[in-house]
Amino acid sequence: MSQEVGVEEVAEAMFDLVKQTHGKKNLKPMDLIKAMIQKFGDDRCSKPLCKKAIRELIDGGRCIYSYIGGSYVTLPPEE
Amino acid sequence: MSQKERKTPLVDELEKGPWPSFVKEIKSVDNPKAKDLLGVLERSYQDKIGHWKHGGLVGVMGYGGGVIGRYNDLPDEYPNVAEFHTLRVNQPSGWFYTSDVLRKLCDIWEEHGSGITNMHGSTGDIIFLGCSTEELEPTFAALTELGFDLGGSGSCMRTPSCCAGMARCEWACYDTMGLTHDLTMEYQDELHRPPFPYKFKFKMAGCPNDCVASVARADLSIIGTWRDEIQIDQEAVREYANSSELNVLEDVVERCPTGCMRYNGQLEIDDENCVKCMHCINVMPKALAPGKERGATILIGSKAPIIGGALLSSVLVPFLEMEPPYEDLKELIEAIWDLWAEHGKNRERVGEFIQRVGLGNFCDEIGLDVAPEMVIQPRTNPYIFYEMDTADY
Ligand code: SF4
Ligand code: SF4
Repeated sequence: MSQEVGVEEVAEAMFDLVKQTHGKKNLKPMDLIKAMIQKFGDDRCSKPLCKKAIRELIDGGRCIYSYIGGSYVTLPPEE
Repeated sequence: MSQKERKTPLVDELEKGPWPSFVKEIKSVDNPKAKDLLGVLERSYQDKIGHWKHGGLVGVMGYGGGVIGRYNDLPDEYPNVAEFHTLRVNQPSGWFYTSDVLRKLCDIWEEHGSGITNMHGSTGDIIFLGCSTEELEPTFAALTELGFDLGGSGSCMRTPSCCAGMARCEWACYDTMGLTHDLTMEYQDELHRPPFPYKFKFKMAGCPNDCVASVARADLSIIGTWRDEIQIDQEAVREYANSSELNVLEDVVERCPTGCMRYNGQLEIDDENCVKCMHCINVMPKALAPGKERGATILIGSKAPIIGGALLSSVLVPFLEMEPPYEDLKELIEAIWDLWAEHGKNRERVGEFIQRVGLGNFCDEIGLDVAPEMVIQPRTNPYIFYEMDTADY
């Protein structure tokens, strides 16, 4: 049967999505989770796995949470 | 520049009179932030608009909540409050502190921020008002060293809060402080990393007196109750009856909302029809007490927004035992969160979500059986068709 995707791979795919949509659409954590489950399939990707991937992006500083009338995962502001 | 003495005649009006005044308090803070804060307020009164913007990209590393970005829109005129962020600090259950820890909290805040606090915010947190972006991390580091953490904001679980419960109150039907601490620890991820469409608040009240207004202000209200008989000390009831301070018939029996009490030298309560309003117990505390089989009623969906659309909670589970590790409660919470997080619209509270999808469908989806206690009033709409097993109720 199919193997679960690695956290890093999901984090990378999430980061690409955040980059692609930057400035056009803000994504909530659940939007990212749904997109990843759709991309990898629910047999290979799960909510807990996606939550770990979001945590990795945030703790690593590649993304931040920002509040824009709701909480979103976005790219950090440019220095 | 901003250090010059500002004239604040409109704001000064709020210092007059015998009552406590926030203006007096802010003026007593000897720092430039406090002076500019009053300046902005005076300006707002003159212009009849608020000069604050909120939100944006501000917080501490790794957390998606706990800091509410505040900026004023006249930074050149009021540079000391150009950034004036709010920090929410997770309060201890029941708001118990030693005077020593309060002094240390104040020291941290005087060193890193404006020195102005708000104890406590409406969700329950300790509020530090007025932090610059640069001082957020040092303040957070000092707080964690003292054993404190930030609370929730944004689309997070908000800092759970509770009444003083068993620590100070004889009516507590479960350990509100224990549960609050347990949920706070269990759901650290949901507190600090916003996973929901909008905020989610818990409030724990030890009995139906609901001193924390849980029924009006929490997405999940956990209100202590009992399911056996009210405990009666007949001798103490007679003492009340013989005293001049209370008329047991007029003040107690006739005020029972369901008329389920009788008194004829002996107090009788038809407990099947008692709705646990607490009236009789509050009026005769020496004679009556909640029953011995205690737990909590779980209600869902209230919110008290500033502008409009307030909702009260509806009963979800009529009675649940409240013993650690609270497995049944946590199973229920997680089922609610899963459904709402996936299908809720942006900025839709769980109560609004239930209004949109219907309580019946909501219960179906989270795997909860309907109970007669969920029905607020008999049906008036003839176009609702019940299943036979539902009609048995
Ligand atoms: S809600 Fe009930 S148990 Fe809690 S403090 Fe108030 S009266 Fe006491
Ligand atoms: S708690 Fe309220 S409803 Fe119950 S017996 Fe007392 S007064 Fe009546």
